[in-house]
Amino acid sequence: MDYFAQQLINGLVLGSIYGLIAIGYTMVYGIVGMINFAHGDIFMIGGFIALITFLILVSLGLTAVPLILLIVLLVSMAITGLYGWTVERIAYRPLRHSFRLAPMLSAIGMSFVLSNYSQVAQGARVKPVPPIITGGYTLLERNNFVVRLSNVQVVVVITTVVLLAIFTWLVARTRLGRDMRACEQDQTMAALLGVDVDRTISMTFVIGAALAAVAGMMYLLYYGLVDFYMGFVAGIKAFTAAVLGGIGSLPGAMLGGLLIGLIETMWSAYFSVEYKDVAAFSILIVVLIFLPTGLLGRPEVEKV
Amino acid sequence: MTLPASEPKPATRAPDLVFILKKSAISAFIALVLFSLMIGIRTEAGPTGQLIYWTRFDDLAAIVAAVFGGSIVIELLRAWWGPAGTINVVPPSLQGSLAIAGRLVAPALLIFTLLVPVIFYHQRYILDLGILVLTYVMLGWGLNVVVGLAGLLDLGYVAFYAVGAYSYALLATHFGLSFWICLPLAGILASLWGVMLGFPVLRLRGDYLAIVTLAFGEIIRLVIINWQSLTGGPNGVSSIPRPSLFGIPLTPGDDGLAARLGIEFSPTHRIVFLFYLILALALLTNWVTIRLRRLPIGRAWEALREDEVACRALGINTTTTKLTAFATGALFGGFAGAFFATRQGFISPESFTFNESALVLAIVVLGGMGSQLGVALAALTMIGGFELFRGLEQFRMLVFGLAMVLLMIWRPRGIIGHRAPTVYLKQAQAISSDLVKEGHG
Repeated sequence: MDYFAQQLINGLVLGSIYGLIAIGYTMVYGIVGMINFAHGDIFMIGGFIALITFLILVSLGLTAVPLILLIVLLVSMAITGLYGWTVERIAYRPLRHSFRLAPMLSAIGMSFVLSNYSQVAQGARVKPVPPIITGGYTLLERNNFVVRLSNVQVVVVITTVVLLAIFTWLVARTRLGRDMRACEQDQTMAALLGVDVDRTISMTFVIGAALAAVAGMMYLLYYGLVDFYMGFVAGIKAFTAAVLGGIGSLPGAMLGGLLIGLIETMWSAYFSVEYKDVAAFSILIVVLIFLPTGLLGRPEVEKV
Repeated sequence: MTLPASEPKPATRAPDLVFILKKSAISAFIALVLFSLMIGIRTEAGPTGQLIYWTRFDDLAAIVAAVFGGSIVIELLRAWWGPAGTINVVPPSLQGSLAIAGRLVAPALLIFTLLVPVIFYHQRYILDLGILVLTYVMLGWGLNVVVGLAGLLDLGYVAFYAVGAYSYALLATHFGLSFWICLPLAGILASLWGVMLGFPVLRLRGDYLAIVTLAFGEIIRLVIINWQSLTGGPNGVSSIPRPSLFGIPLTPGDDGLAARLGIEFSPTHRIVFLFYLILALALLTNWVTIRLRRLPIGRAWEALREDEVACRALGINTTTTKLTAFATGALFGGFAGAFFATRQGFISPESFTFNESALVLAIVVLGGMGSQLGVALAALTMIGGFELFRGLEQFRMLVFGLAMVLLMIWRPRGIIGHRAPTVYLKQAQAISSDLVKEGHG
């Protein structure tokens, strides 16, 4: 039971990271109707930028950890958001009215570009960082087994919750959010009513990328390392999360992320660590067979 | 170009220099922000495990300058080329001679390929490269059935290649079966896996299908890595038997082919044999595809590619159509895998990553999705290009990805040509707009 509680905590933390990435997939899918295959690599870029910013701040002599974290968060969100914007502008916008496989293939190409760009620019080796946030709480101690909640985990969960609140407010209450929802329903009609569709789509990519950057930073804090290849597997898992929650649904993405995080952690804890990725990918296939619209998704109406 | 041909506009307008400079300056600024940290700062784990960093502002400046210059050039080109949608028509006389040349390319290429081992007998490097190119031609033709003909985007094609390779490797090393028995078995096993993948994805389309096939490819790879007792895990399977000429081994011994023919043994014999073997396999793929295309099933694949709903409305069984497409594609992937295993003598999961799937897919897309000749030429271009850039290992995949993006923007239907549907109306029919307008489906 104690072991289970510990795994529950770990799974929820991992799930928050997946959820943040999954939101980017689901938003883009909702508006443009394409899988942004390069999104996992945007997450990786976010992790790298957080790492470099952190390194610079530390070498500048900054010691206040909350301040460092805040600056790193803002810088990586801003720069990664610009990456998202650029990717959309270069690789997806010219293809908006092309045949249906074109954006997908372009996205695969972009994914290669981003991961290899980061390999060329920063080298292929894993980059470790010393733990930035240390310490934690002991929740339970029984029979020599300790259930711990580390401060990093607290930070990850709190950041996720705060960002989700801001994001939900943005989508539900602001002009931009209304434009986004309008474009999701009907782009032509939205354009007729004065919504700048191109700008709204661009902003969607920027927000998605910024959230992925947060996920990248949380990953860096939690695991203490980044490498150029981490975007691929994390991207597929986050996509699985988005599909599980129902693609196009924002709460669904977060729910899916938490579920995938939990399943992966529990699988590693009770079955085998080696097959945890196989478990996640199998879930994707199983979900698509039996629940193609996901847990919270709307059924897709086929128009001829 | 799907846009209607607009009036040809005067192409030589005076470009607005201030506008171009402003746009390029913005691009350069964006590049500066994007690359400031990733290029300007280089991090590396130092000798004590502590991260260290150093600056590379000269590289950063060079890249930003390149972006500035590059966007000026692009803007000037755009102004010179004219607005998007302008169609530059090839004159009919040139079209005629191009068509004749196009008809001659395939036989010429085939004759040249048949002669390659004769011409380059003493250049082992070229023979090896030829075998590699032909392997990818075969993979491309196999995937072409799934992607080009049936229009099902398969990102996990390498899984079937892996199944074929491991089937041969394990059957040959554990049971001592010969290559010629294992080859059909490898193909059958791969196509069984193709059907197994096909079943769950029957209801999926487009992007979903792509991701599920990708996940399937990764599952196969992860199982191969982790099922160490069977597959040897990351260490792979080694000492896989070499193929024999229907039972006659190509070895220097007394019962070898060279001794039986009474000629001096040379290791090149085996390379030449492998070359003709993969050529035969590839041509088999091509022949079967061309034949299938004329059968009802091939017609059904193409109908499925063009419009699934219409396909169902016409009473075509989409289930069997999709499953046969997957099975056929996987069959050829399995053959190619078995060949790969016997050629290398050693296989490991590293040869079956997603990059491989993407490369084969890029060959099919570059070849124009459905054109047999296009796929062959694309494989030659891609693999040849990769060999040219061998010294720049790091930049290879970067350029590859960039090429894929640019290709989609510039010629989404492929460089070399697009295979039109086999059957079509000879004359365009005028249809009343009442029949095609949206919202009444």
